[in-house]
Amino acid sequence: MTPDATDKCLLNAIADGLPLTPRPYETVADGLGIGEDEVLDRLERLRDSGIITRFGVVVRHRELGWRANAMAVWDVPDGLVDTVGEKIRSFPFVTLCYQRPRRLPDWPYNLFCMVHGRDRATVRQQILEINDACDLRALPQDVLFSLRQFKQCGAHYAPARPDKTKHREVA
Amino acid sequence: MVPGSIEQRLLNDYQRDFPLDPRPYARIAKDLGLSEDEVLQRLATLKEQGTYSRIGAVVRPNTIGASTLAAMQVPAPRLEEIAAFVSKQPEVNHNYEREHAINLWFVVAAADKDAVAGVLARIEAQTGLAVLDLPLERSFHIDLGFDLEKA
Repeated sequence: MTPDATDKCLLNAIADGLPLTPRPYETVADGLGIGEDEVLDRLERLRDSGIITRFGVVVRHRELGWRANAMAVWDVPDGLVDTVGEKIRSFPFVTLCYQRPRRLPDWPYNLFCMVHGRDRATVRQQILEINDACDLRALPQDVLFSLRQFKQCGAHYAPARPDKTKHREVA
Repeated sequence: MVPGSIEQRLLNDYQRDFPLDPRPYARIAKDLGLSEDEVLQRLATLKEQGTYSRIGAVVRPNTIGASTLAAMQVPAPRLEEIAAFVSKQPEVNHNYEREHAINLWFVVAAADKDAVAGVLARIEAQTGLAVLDLPLERSFHIDLGFDLEKA
């Protein structure tokens, strides 16, 4: 399915989270000028069609004790990226695994993977496990631990109301 | 957080398939043997403590609008100022300092590719620093949440 303008506004309306009120979907619906049933139907369709990959609580790892978080990156030959990526995603401590473009000479890596652990030693051990399981030890690679988190919130892709096409004003 | 505690269950069991029910918190209350008020209260407290950022949708990349991972090499004395400027952009939803020469990493999401490019251009113009644009080419991982008991 292709999301329509109202779907986009709905996703935008909940980008900062469902309100903590007894009827949160009604609150969202009121803001959009549509019915509560329609909000629920649309969310169900978006979820069933895989546009929403999950709907629920988005935890903050750091505050829950997974204090170490690293972006592990490799320069994987293009022909092997698919095989390696498919393998890496099965590790429970990996939360994201993406192929992205290299930007030479500044950035030679094309496979990105987020690894969470209670401390750095654990994360390093987990990355070793990935290297061993996927036979990546010989490849150029780097580990970028996170230091400060300046911002974490939901993405706002669309304008706020179905009847407005103007993009958010930017300071 | 104590395994099996109400807090742990609230954070762990509802990362996927949060009830699409007119009274979702009442449904959860029923699962956990609490009242709807207690669920709302505990979720409000957990939110205040910063243990979760929101109850919401994780959207498959590039199905709604466009996004990219961007990175900058920022001289240490300017890092705070530039990080604050980047965070202030409404299109930026994650912004981290990472331990690397390329030390500022953030995600930009907007209605389409041109809008994303516009944000990156604006950040380059305002800071005088180059921004690496690393858009997603392929996702191998479907975000199914983070199992607090297994990970």
